[in-house]
Amino acid sequence: MSENIERHAYDVLIIGSGGAGLRAAIAAAEGGAKVAVLGKSLLGKAHTVMAEGGVAASLANVDPADGWETHFYDTMRSGHFINNYKMAEVFAKEAPARVLELEQWGAVFDRTPDGKIMQRPFGAHTFRRLAHVGDRTGMELIRTLEQKILTVNVDVFQEITATKIFTDNGRAAGAVAYYREDGRFALFSAKAIVIATGGWGKAYKVTSNSWESTGDGAALAFRAGAELVDMEMVQFHPTGMVWPPGVRGILVTEGVRGEGGLLRNSEGERFMEKYDPQRMELSSRDVVARSIYKEVQAGRGTPHGGAWLDITHKGPEYIKRKLPGMYQQFMALADVDITKTPFEVGPTIHYTMGGLRVDALTCATNVPGLFAAGECAGGLHGANRLGGNSLADILVFGKRAGDGALEFLQGSEGTPKLDDAEVQQEIERVLKPLGNEGGENPYAVHEVLQEVMAEHAGISRTGPSLEEGLQKMLELKARAEHMTVPGSRVFNPGWHAVQDVRNMIALCETIIRGAIERKESRGAQWRLDFADELDEYGKVNFVHKLEDGEAKTFSAPVSEMPTELQELFQLGAAPGIAKSAKKE
Amino acid sequence: MAEEITLSVFRGDRSGGREQEYKIPAIPGMVVLDALHYIQAHQASDLAVRWNCKAAHCGSCSAEINGSAKLLCKTRVDDYEDEVIHVRPMHTFPVIKDLVTDVSWNYEKLRQIPAFQPAVNAPFTMQQRDVDRIQEFRKCIECFLCQNICHVLREHDAKDAYWGPRMMIRMAELEMHPLDTADRVDLLKGAAGVGYCNITKCCTVVCPQGINITDNGIIPLKERVADKYFDPLGGLVRKMHK
Repeated sequence: MSENIERHAYDVLIIGSGGAGLRAAIAAAEGGAKVAVLGKSLLGKAHTVMAEGGVAASLANVDPADGWETHFYDTMRSGHFINNYKMAEVFAKEAPARVLELEQWGAVFDRTPDGKIMQRPFGAHTFRRLAHVGDRTGMELIRTLEQKILTVNVDVFQEITATKIFTDNGRAAGAVAYYREDGRFALFSAKAIVIATGGWGKAYKVTSNSWESTGDGAALAFRAGAELVDMEMVQFHPTGMVWPPGVRGILVTEGVRGEGGLLRNSEGERFMEKYDPQRMELSSRDVVARSIYKEVQAGRGTPHGGAWLDITHKGPEYIKRKLPGMYQQFMALADVDITKTPFEVGPTIHYTMGGLRVDALTCATNVPGLFAAGECAGGLHGANRLGGNSLADILVFGKRAGDGALEFLQGSEGTPKLDDAEVQQEIERVLKPLGNEGGENPYAVHEVLQEVMAEHAGISRTGPSLEEGLQKMLELKARAEHMTVPGSRVFNPGWHAVQDVRNMIALCETIIRGAIERKESRGAQWRLDFADELDEYGKVNFVHKLEDGEAKTFSAPVSEMPTELQELFQLGAAPGIAKSAKKE
Repeated sequence: MAEEITLSVFRGDRSGGREQEYKIPAIPGMVVLDALHYIQAHQASDLAVRWNCKAAHCGSCSAEINGSAKLLCKTRVDDYEDEVIHVRPMHTFPVIKDLVTDVSWNYEKLRQIPAFQPAVNAPFTMQQRDVDRIQEFRKCIECFLCQNICHVLREHDAKDAYWGPRMMIRMAELEMHPLDTADRVDLLKGAAGVGYCNITKCCTVVCPQGINITDNGIIPLKERVADKYFDPLGGLVRKMHK
């Protein structure tokens, strides 16, 4: 039976309606392109809303010595130098303009006493750099972009799930998607496609991520021939809630430490003194997460296996003003008043540094006409992401991806063609699990996936355990070929889960393969059997590509910085500090 | 805490439906959304419910729990000790399936509100005390619980006459922005119908973000309308002092 489908034609198709997707759409539409945005949730609900602490940009409103060089320096150092330096460079240079643009569009950031955008300190940022709105910065950002989108000529499709990207002679040609509301299919032909679907933190059980973070776009692009890079780098945020069990993993913003929160173990010791005496609680996330983990392993954890975080010394009024969301979250969900008592925190999956391998300036993948921006793209953050850099990432590279797609339109001819037979075949595949019995339950498969990732590719890793994890993942992949769900096409979460799980499995296989290849410890990758950071691995990224349906992994050289950028790391201190010391 | 929880969840679609009972094991700290997820994973994988963040940031999981409009992710099951937990979709919007409703009307109205028009180019100079009140309004997570509970929309279905508390708060944040130059007072009096609000404050009560919708948002908007239309002299004086 051939399915009747709704057909659309656009210049630029954007898959993903979070911050990166919306920013890309604004750029492409302002350039005159006919643009559509597809989102699997309602507009304004994307994972971007969960970003709390702030957006990093060297506005230098509170620390005049800050500048793009120091932001670049911090980003590269925290990424342990396997970042794509060109991405980090344009990122640090353009972040301030992208933040000011939001103010122009209606965002209302917290203010300094002289009326400028306020900036707060954050882990491993040399200067106070995070523009913020209390502890709800991501919400401010997506709401502003949502409000801006309503004023430009962009068609927004809400609650629609893309399942496949088609190519024509290797060039991106369009995508098929279904409406969650009633399960009817729509086909989008496009001259260029931007992937902006975020990360895949839902592959882990203890996670701060929303349900959407299942890596759909990255998996779709991977199947269409795009390369993935740095997949082994998965960030554990040091502070998630640990108790009660129902809330385990929910994020406790780094803003708590930014505002002066102290970490202690069960013996009352400020243990960060042992692990990073200079930066203490504001060390980079990989270091703080590992430190908490080590304290718990050594028997110095809190009653429910975490560390104590204490902000009480700041006083109730200050806490409620600067961290209102955290105050309410703990009151409502854990019966804990954080203005009066320390609270338990522990590592939770937060961010995926790896992703689609892109050109630093245009965000183009290796598939002509296919672009990627935001968490689904890899390269900017290297082995570890700094807090606040992800909100800046989606703004800078969202815009660059939209502009990159426009530029591609101008340089390309004609519209690529979609093959109807291929489209019908995909629709049949997507419909197959529906109303059938006897196959795997997608929820059960998801649970196994999360167990495998926690056990074999978690915060600490070893070669043998990763190998075992890979075997389990391949078995799970085979099982997942035969998922079935009861019910109809009408808003059927089980059916939606089938797509999500399939995408996460494809990406998790590459996480494990990358982790096996990287026989060292660097940033988020902590190998118990290779405890040191090794020079030879600092020169390579691991790249994954699908060949005849099989994931192949190879190493690619890390691009080398030109002399003027290398010199920024030879000043004996961060550039902004070295420069001001010189002046004195 | 009881070892087993009983939920009675609305199952149905545009054509109708009824509540169905589910029994699930209790887990400490569980919220109603967790309970629904348990049902999805173990008993009814096609149970439709919207959610994203499970942390009260996104405003997706609005529903009615034992008759009160709430976020499913912020409502703990142990608030209902020894009670059956009845979960129903928002009443004011058409049901798509189970707990999922069609809220597209809200997005249509959001699109009709004149956008921010700043007098100058960023970077702006604005004092914190001057933005405090609009930051309160910008806390809105667009859960539409206020729209759901507003009796003008809920009991009278007067969506053509009044755009509801969410839209009032959106307009208040724009109108009270220190640098905005657009005028939305005609719209407020006309199509958006701020006059229909008779200050019962039901919206303020249900707001999960604690926004003082009526007192800080809607009443000042009503005053702007009154100033412009019913107090021409006062309006003129204020204009000269602007």
